[in-house]
Amino acid sequence: MQFLSGISLGQFIPGDSLLHRLDPRCKIISTFLLITGLFMASKIPDLVLWGIFLLALPALSGISLKTILKSARPILFLVAITALLNLFWTPGRAVFQAGFLKVTEEGLMTAFEMGMRLFFLVVFASMLMMTTNPMAFSDGLERLLSPLSKIGFPSSEMAVMMTIALRFIPTLFEETDRILKAQLSRGADFESGGLLKRARSFIPVLIPLFILVFQRAENLAIAMESRCYVPGMARTRLNPLVWSGKETAAILGLLAFITAVVLLDRSYFLGFVAI
Amino acid sequence: MIIEHLSYSYNSGTPSEALALKDVSVSVSRGEWVSIVGHTGSGKSTLAQHMNALLIPQSGLVEIDGVQVTPKAKGLRELRRKVGLVFQYPEQQFFAETARDEIAFAPANWGASGEELEQCVDYAVSSVGLEPDLLGANPFSLSGGQQRRVAMASVIAMKPDYLVLDEPTAGLDAPGINELIRLLKKLRSEGLAVIQVTHDLQSALDHSDRLLVLENGMSVAGGAPEEIAQYLLENPVRGLVMPPLVQFAAGLRERGITLDLTSDIGTIIKKIEERRPCAGIAGERQDTCSF
Ligand SMILES: Nc1ncnc2c1ncn2[C@@H]1O[C@H](COP(=O)(O)OP(=O)(O)OP(=O)(O)O)[C@@H](O)[C@H]1O
Ligand SMILES: [Mg+2]
Repeated sequence: MQFLSGISLGQFIPGDSLLHRLDPRCKIISTFLLITGLFMASKIPDLVLWGIFLLALPALSGISLKTILKSARPILFLVAITALLNLFWTPGRAVFQAGFLKVTEEGLMTAFEMGMRLFFLVVFASMLMMTTNPMAFSDGLERLLSPLSKIGFPSSEMAVMMTIALRFIPTLFEETDRILKAQLSRGADFESGGLLKRARSFIPVLIPLFILVFQRAENLAIAMESRCYVPGMARTRLNPLVWSGKETAAILGLLAFITAVVLLDRSYFLGFVAI
Repeated sequence: MIIEHLSYSYNSGTPSEALALKDVSVSVSRGEWVSIVGHTGSGKSTLAQHMNALLIPQSGLVEIDGVQVTPKAKGLRELRRKVGLVFQYPEQQFFAETARDEIAFAPANWGASGEELEQCVDYAVSSVGLEPDLLGANPFSLSGGQQRRVAMASVIAMKPDYLVLDEPTAGLDAPGINELIRLLKKLRSEGLAVIQVTHDLQSALDHSDRLLVLENGMSVAGGAPEEIAQYLLENPVRGLVMPPLVQFAAGLRERGITLDLTSDIGTIIKKIEERRPCAGIAGERQDTCSF
């Protein structure tokens, strides 16, 4: 058994698709545009358009629709909660009532729209992470934030911190898995007993894990120092980011699509009011 | 312990699926020392974890003392007591405040207490040759060799019938390795099955009763050390350092002398002597001879 498998929320999937080859800055900006668009327009007809956009993603990214949809699985719970809250707490015409619980027509609509909005949001954001190598991602973010360094924002340090964190998350899972297994094979029992006993049974996992993390951090610090890393010092890049025509085209195309969705949303809304 | 046609992939069903074992079969009985050799990434650790029911076979069979390892099988915990697994760099699992607590962890988990627990710890400590006055020490403050011994003792203390060791010699110096091998021989003579994962072919050929050679997750050869030496002479394995004997035989073969490494040493010497310009490999006039 693998104890910590299936943590796939936004894991990078190497590939050579159009989306993989786009400049990370372009993808980060696009994701923000998409999120903004989602918040401006997520009525039911708009959702159809977002759905069509989603269906185009496998062709653009070379990642199967199944894998893309699976990336939303870890937050399905959150989607459900959001939908439920909206279902019961939206005032309006009641379609169903049991005690103090009241489901309204408006509630049904909002629940569906909010749930779908959250779902699309997560899928689009994880699309960014699935097609962008973490190094490229933090590079892109650093460049996008670099204007802020003029007012004292440590954008390059932030980027390095993020690179390191992203780089070590999988390692941390691997180490945890290994230590869990090692203690299991020495008879540790994480499943039986009361809450307190179970919590205590994780001590033999947490202590070695902490020790390992500190050791790794120290080794990393030494390795960085011995390669002359100085925080805040300007560094050159092995693979400089290139913003070419296809990035501009991608952004313009996306903007056109989002504008269309928002316009549809507004016209639908106006039409609704007119009736 | 019987393993038949075992295959396993990590992350199966996801894009990052990685085949680690393919159709591997091996069996080990008590009182036997079997070595699993292979290059890095060949699936040795994956195989070792199947022996301990930490990984459940995706296809194929793992059976230990008549109990088959399946996802729903009862008694997997009992199996883990029977099959002690010493991980690669086992000192990274330390968590206790004293070496004694560390060693007592496994037997206590299986319900030993009081007199019985003491006895388990004493047995393990004397087995691995750990100085008893180190028992009160913090395991993290011990030297590397002492830490390895504490880690070994912490598995031996649960008195397993099978002992699986994943790269037990990694990071040890030569005397440390010799001592470890002496310990494993002693345990084997006490009736334990010793399963050693290693990429040190020479030591595996020297000490084990049988070897299994893995390459890219597939078992490419299995058998007695002489047979494996002969196999390696004909099919060098990528990523493994060939032992001097095999290199020597390969060098002779280039010069037209074909040795059969499975035959006894007398026959091999005779074969070499026949081709020498002067006779008597152990004779007095060696100075005049050269190949
Ligand atoms: N937790 C894991 N998740 C995904 N793939 C893994 C995992 N552990 C091992 N693998 C892969 O399975 C294959 C076999 O790994 P394994 O650890 O069994 O090799 P090994 O022979 O023990 O190597 P080494 O000598 O380096 O310890 C490798 O290709 C490895 O990348
Ligand atoms: Mg290994």
